[in-house]
Amino acid sequence: MIIKVKDLVCRFGDVQALDGISFEIEKGEVVVIIGPSGSGKSTLLRCLNAIDSFDSGKVIIGGTKVEKSHKNVHKIRLEVGMVFQQFNLFPHLTVIENIMLAQRIVRKRSAEISRRKGVELLGLVDLSDKIDAYPAQLSGGQKQRVAIARAMAMDPMIMLFDEVTSALDPEMVGEVLEVINKLVDQGKTMLIATHVIGFAREVADRVIFIENGRIIEEGPPEVIFDNPRQLRTKDFLSKVL
Amino acid sequence: MLDWLAEQIILHWDILKYLIPAIPVTVLITVCSFSLAMILGLIIGVMRISRIKLISNFASIYINVIRGIPLLVQIFFIYFGLGKFLNLDRLAAGILAVGICYSAYLAEIFRSGIDAIARGQHEAAKALGMTRFQTLRYVIIPQSLRIVIPPIANEFIASLKDSSLVSIIGMREITRAGREYYSQYFVDFQTWMMVALIYLAMTLTLSKVVKYLERLYAVKGFGSRAT
Repeated sequence: MIIKVKDLVCRFGDVQALDGISFEIEKGEVVVIIGPSGSGKSTLLRCLNAIDSFDSGKVIIGGTKVEKSHKNVHKIRLEVGMVFQQFNLFPHLTVIENIMLAQRIVRKRSAEISRRKGVELLGLVDLSDKIDAYPAQLSGGQKQRVAIARAMAMDPMIMLFDEVTSALDPEMVGEVLEVINKLVDQGKTMLIATHVIGFAREVADRVIFIENGRIIEEGPPEVIFDNPRQLRTKDFLSKVL
Repeated sequence: MLDWLAEQIILHWDILKYLIPAIPVTVLITVCSFSLAMILGLIIGVMRISRIKLISNFASIYINVIRGIPLLVQIFFIYFGLGKFLNLDRLAAGILAVGICYSAYLAEIFRSGIDAIARGQHEAAKALGMTRFQTLRYVIIPQSLRIVIPPIANEFIASLKDSSLVSIIGMREITRAGREYYSQYFVDFQTWMMVALIYLAMTLTLSKVVKYLERLYAVKGFGSRAT
């Protein structure tokens, strides 16, 4: 088991962002989280790699319990790759430098090994020709593919995708989803928050529907999308489909 | 008329010859004190954003105290006050005083430069497993430095002008040399005109250098926000 979450609660002031979430993810599984805006999808992902801290509950990643202590948090983040809606590439570094930086200073790999890994991943995301470009010279879809390569370069146990296509122009969504599809084929363990239902149906082993910080329904994509048991799931799907 | 003009030219040339040996002293004071100010300022600026209250409070007190005291008073204090115990010579005291004074201003500039970097940059670095120090060192500060080049250049030019205050403790830089010349030959207008022109030439040259640096550091495509 890669991730185990139990009774996760996270508040921001008066707002109960997560209200007792529990689930597990097995190695090689692709889990998709759907739900309305503000339902807690992003917060959940951010708690899993300890960008946001949570108030109570348990998160165990690869056998390590997520705690606030500095050493432990550092170790967790190494094992959890995250891709953001806003790409967050480092604008002062070239594409290859973006991918090499954390390998060098966090994983302590040599320049040569980091570079080789970067070149290999740029091949995977089909951006070998942009190796020495700066982020500002790339389109949104290209930036997001670099961001995926950057996270993958750390060899994380699991990849988290936080609505990675929401900030993209429609014609660029496809190229990013294609890259995620390749990772699915590689058997990467992934947790994907998305609004693209068609894509979710295609890649998900399991779908989790979240609303108001709670899991409303969970199951295989055929069940959730075609025969949801909960009224609220039906409601949501009728709005987005 | 021509005689008067020739006389004036010779006089100005004479003043210039007298002042030239003092120029390197001004440059030395400015460069040394500003280097000190940059190092101290960066340290204090980073301390200012520390999550440890004791450290950030210390930094704010440092900034407020130093900024609240006139540089001239700081020079007196360091040369006559501290100098007595530490055995500081004029040059060291002058460099220390100007350096410390400017470090407070630079600290605030560095802090605002660090604050100006989008939160997503911190999060991305965090998510890649970088420590807070690594995030600052490799991600945030390199971007901040590009933002703060113009305000820092302003401070550098200001510190060149403020180095004239060090003349008060007997450091023979440009202003001091001007005073000496004046008290020997009693030509006031021409002497101070020459001193002013030398400062002006130096500051204008620096402005040009800064423009060049800005262009040099404007990396391809840098400046767009969503990255």
